[in-house]
This record gives sequence, C-alpha cells and structure tokens, in this order.
Amino acid sequence: MDLSAYPLELPESDRPMVRFLNVTKSYGSLVVLDNLNLDIQRGEMVSVIGPSGSGKTTVLRMLMTLETINGGVIYVDGKPLTHMVRGGRLVPADEAHLRRMRASIGMCFQHFNLFPHMTALQNCMEGPVQVLGLSKAEARARAEDLLAMVGMIDKKDQHPSRLSGGQQQRVAIARALAMRPRIMLFDEVTSALDPEVIGEVTEVIRKLVAEHDLTMLMVTHQMGFARDISDRICFFYKGKIEEQAPPEQFFANPQRERTQQFLRAVKDAD
Amino acid sequence: MRFDWNWDFTLEILPRLLRAALNTLIAAGVGYALAMVLGLIFALALRSPWRLPRTLLREGLEFIRSTPLVVQIFFIFYVGPQIGITLSPWVAGMIAIGLHYSAYLAEVYRAGIEAVPRGQWEACRALNMSTRDSYFRIVLPQALPHAIPGMGNYLVGIFKDTPMLSVIGVTELMQAANSIGSETYRFLEPYTLVGVIFLALSLPTAGLVRLGERRLRSKLGL
Repeated sequence: MDLSAYPLELPESDRPMVRFLNVTKSYGSLVVLDNLNLDIQRGEMVSVIGPSGSGKTTVLRMLMTLETINGGVIYVDGKPLTHMVRGGRLVPADEAHLRRMRASIGMCFQHFNLFPHMTALQNCMEGPVQVLGLSKAEARARAEDLLAMVGMIDKKDQHPSRLSGGQQQRVAIARALAMRPRIMLFDEVTSALDPEVIGEVTEVIRKLVAEHDLTMLMVTHQMGFARDISDRICFFYKGKIEEQAPPEQFFANPQRERTQQFLRAVKDAD
Repeated sequence: MRFDWNWDFTLEILPRLLRAALNTLIAAGVGYALAMVLGLIFALALRSPWRLPRTLLREGLEFIRSTPLVVQIFFIFYVGPQIGITLSPWVAGMIAIGLHYSAYLAEVYRAGIEAVPRGQWEACRALNMSTRDSYFRIVLPQALPHAIPGMGNYLVGIFKDTPMLSVIGVTELMQAANSIGSETYRFLEPYTLVGVIFLALSLPTAGLVRLGERRLRSKLGL
C-alpha cells in the first residue's frame, strides 16, 4: 500500500481528536469497511447506528487497535495510530507504538469483560497499578471515586459473578475511566442488559457527557438515547457512512432512502 | 502351587519398601515440578507469534508424546554420555520423566488458556496491559481451574510411571521389591505391598486434586 500520500502528522489547524482517513477493513474478500473517512472533534459525542453487519462495531474495534486495518491511516490527536513514522515515512505500528497511543483510548464492551477473579475495586485498580504505575493507595482512591460516581461503591468488594449485568457494566465504565482516557468507546453497552437495568447504565453515560470533556464514540441500538445525548449521528450501511447529521436533523428529516427505511424499521420494532 | 501369605515377612520388608516409596514420592514430585514449569514454558511458546520455533516445538512435543517413556529414560541415561552428558540415574530419570510429562502438561495448559474467553484479552488491550501482565495476571489465573483436572490426572500418571526408573537402577519402590524378590525368592508379599502402597498414594492424590480445584475456584470468585 502506498502511504506517501498520507501526512506524517496532521497540521495544528486541522487536528480533530480522531480522523479515519480512507480506512479499509476486510476479512478475506468480505469488505467490512470501505474507504471510511470520519472525523471526531474534541469533546464530541458521536453515535454510530446502523443495521447489523454494517461495520459499525468494527469502527470502534479498529480505534481500540483490537483489529488491524487493511488500508488508510487512523490519526489520534493528529498523530498516526495504526502507523508510525520511521525514516521520514509511515510504516505499520509496532507494539511499543500501539501501547503509547492506546493510553489515550478506553473502551466498554457489550459483554462487560470484567476480570472474574477480581472484585469490582480490584478490576478498577488493575490498570492504574500495573500499567500507569500508580501506588496501591492512589489507585484505590481513584477507583473508589469512580465507583462512587457510577453508584457502585457499596458493591466494591463483590466479584463480577455476584453483580447484575447493569452493575457489571457500570463497574466496567469505572474501570475504563480509571485509566483517564481522552477518548471513550462504548460498544453496544446496553445490548446484553435486561430492559429494566438499561437506564442505570445510560444514566452514567449521560453524566459523563454532562460533566466531562471526553471525546466519545458509541455504537448503540437505542435511538432515543442516541438522540438525547449525541452531537452527531452517523448512520452506517454496508461498510459506508450513508448519512450523518446532528440528531434533531437526522431523526426529524433523514435525507437518504436507506436511513428512512432503517428508522421506520426501528420504530416498528418499538 | 503355593499361595501362603507370611505376615512376619511382610512386616520385615515393609520399612524397606516404605523407604523406597519415599524415593518414589521424591522422583514423582521433582519430575512433576519440572514438568509443570517446562510445560508452561512450552504452552506459552506454542502461542508465540514466531512461526518457525513454534512449528519445531510442536513437532518436538508430538515426538515426545508418541514415543514410550522407557525409551526416553534409556536414551537420556545411556546415549547422553556418548555426547558428553553423563548423568546419575536419579538426575537422568527425573529429567526424562519431567520432559515426558511436560509435553502432556503443555497440552493441558494450552486447552486451559484457550478456554478463557477472547473478551478477557480484549479487556487487557483496552486497559493497555502488556502481554506479560495479560498472561500472568488475567489469563493464566482463569486458565488454571480449567487445567487442574487434567493436571491431576497426570500427577497420578507420573506416580504410576516411576517404576520405569528401575530400569536404570533408581532405587524406587519397584526396584526395592525386585531386590527383595531376588534375595528371598518370595514375590507375593513385596509386589502386593507395592500395589497397596501405590493405591495409598494415588487415591488421596486424586481426592486432593478435586478439593484443590474447588478451593481455587471459590478463591478466584469463579
């Protein structure tokens, strides 16, 4: 792949928090994302919606470097994430570069992925102690603050198996925040939850949006929630962005045929 | 044909057999410790990103598993000196038994590691943990409960294979019974006692392994 056309670094004047530049992802002959171009500004909350198989989760996984990409470059805060500069040109990133860049990104998963052999508190201390090198006392103070913020402080000594899905997801959010990321990714964080506990997780995310200047990217099936809290909605269809707009405009007046179909289908399902 | 059990003779040879049983325990214990460590190294190496060493190791372990332990014992003890490695029967025997069982334990560990959900690895990455921390703090502790039943089977197996060390003259239980037999021409008591002693060692081991697994699971909150 010819990378000479890609900048080694984005200029000061044009430096979104995240930029996908001509990013392509395929598994064999199946193209999941086709030449994706997407900017996410500092402090912006972007919701990614679309039918299953549209590649929306892949967008998050690529940004978390859980997936490699087949073409293009992803930039985080102006610097290449998927690549690094060697001898004045871009080459695929090595593990050391990924570890440096990943430090500014946090992620919550559909199935929480808490560490089952650790308590809620230990889950939230693990990264700060092992990765950031905080002392146990500092990490504990930070973890307890965050567990209080998500309303889980009284369950801090419980193992995940003793917690409900909603409780586990709130701990997972605290765990990710304990690393002080600048970008937070939420991958269908309410999809595996029982309906009656979805609210407790969306409440936490609302609070984050209101009180922190995090840049957030969220894949969700909850249209009402996305409309309430997002700065922008991105509708994916077959590996491309079919339409994107601020939520009022997107939901009230969708421009594209596919978008209209999708929104009708979602409304019928409700 | 005679089948006369002599209790006086039994009591007379019992201390000697028990001393030999201690050697059996030592041989099995040291061999197993070696197998646990080597097996873990092999299991991790089998998951390394470098293809050539991985393939060589996989074939090597397949070779060890596909050839009899007794051949490996002979080989290390008798062929070793020809290439300049002279080992005492004890050392040669424990290396052979440890290496042999490490090939099996590597498989047990591998299966345990693969039983840990992929989401755990992804959570490690999202927290920016090193590969080393991901293994030793997150994945291996969860893999261990999956591996313990298989590990327990091979612990009992290693006990039962120690008599093979008698072929190079390690004075374990079987060797002691053989000597008693050839000195006294009485075989019924020594070999019966060997069986009883093995049973007395193996049965509690299996029970302890099950107990250990339950303890570990509850300690890890699984």
